[in-house]
Amino acid sequence: MDSLRPASAGTLESSDAYVEIEPSEGGIQIHLESVVLERFGEAIRETVQEVLEELHVADACVRVVDRGALDCVIRARVETAVRRGRGEC
Amino acid sequence: MRRSMLFLPGNNPNMLINGSCLGADAVIFDLEDAVSPAEKDAARILVRNTMRYMDFRGCERIVRVNAVDTPYFAADLEAILPEGPDMLLLPKAGTAAEVQAADAAMTQAEERLGLQKRAALMPLIETALGVENAFAIAACCPRVEALFLGAEDLTADLQCKRTKGGREIEYARTRLVMAARAAGTEVYDTPFTDVNDDEGIEADAALAKALGFSGKSSISPRHVEVINRVFSPSPEEIRYAYEVMDAIAEAKAQGKGAIALHGKMVDAPIVSRAQRTIAMAQALGISREVTA
Repeated sequence: MDSLRPASAGTLESSDAYVEIEPSEGGIQIHLESVVLERFGEAIRETVQEVLEELHVADACVRVVDRGALDCVIRARVETAVRRGRGEC
Repeated sequence: MRRSMLFLPGNNPNMLINGSCLGADAVIFDLEDAVSPAEKDAARILVRNTMRYMDFRGCERIVRVNAVDTPYFAADLEAILPEGPDMLLLPKAGTAAEVQAADAAMTQAEERLGLQKRAALMPLIETALGVENAFAIAACCPRVEALFLGAEDLTADLQCKRTKGGREIEYARTRLVMAARAAGTEVYDTPFTDVNDDEGIEADAALAKALGFSGKSSISPRHVEVINRVFSPSPEEIRYAYEVMDAIAEAKAQGKGAIALHGKMVDAPIVSRAQRTIAMAQALGISREVTA
């Protein structure tokens, strides 16, 4: 994996998600806050994990504050945070 | 058919995901003015995902990319073209050469990415130079299917105030309609920016239709219904269009040349307008019986 710097993406507006990512050692850690945590928490975690895998991120600490975002929005915010962290944007 | 086109800010998930429910014939995902430079990357990815995962149910998908001379343009094409947009709205189109450069860049990207679908191009005319070059721009390549008037930037360029009455953009409006029609393209009017003025949007849309615009854009979902109504044929217009076509069929059967309807001669332009009206009514699902 390319080196990762701390980065963030998204907002705390309704239907959005705010994502922070920073380098870590020993795999992926996902910290999730969500207004729908009980019902969709697991699905959101899976989505975040999937995007990280697609982008070949093996070690990172990710904090997601979800404000009722759809799957495609969460995907976008995680991808943006990763790309910013890699200095691609 | 694009009676109404609704701008959706490219970095606003709430607007983007609800875009298909707001009644517009087309949505314009905005990567340009609605997005700050620091968020261009985020908006590009968000719009790409929205197009990829959301169903817009017959609503045409247009993307306002960043201008061809900006550092964002190439990345916009890379991200957006694979999602099959119907059209790209190209800001600050001032000359035919700029639009041809955008066309060439799109062709290159489509070939490199192996894309089957070719997105159309709609130059946004929002500078004095663009207005003066409107016909050359409209006719510069087959990918250009429409012109689009942007009055806010234009009035800034003209160093005049933008008013609700719109006298300052009269010349640009008529010039664009003339240029677009001469080149065989469609032409779309600038948004009406006071979202709380219901009478104002109605009058402004009616003026645009009267001048020959194909439809009108909007920055507010509140304006969509009015614009759709103004740019739809009325029951009277549809009824008259069918009467014209009936009269033509009858004259043909009787071997007559010139015919009259309600005391007025029916000639080729009237027939062609009637055909357009009927085609639009059919596209809107309005049957002849409803207007009888």
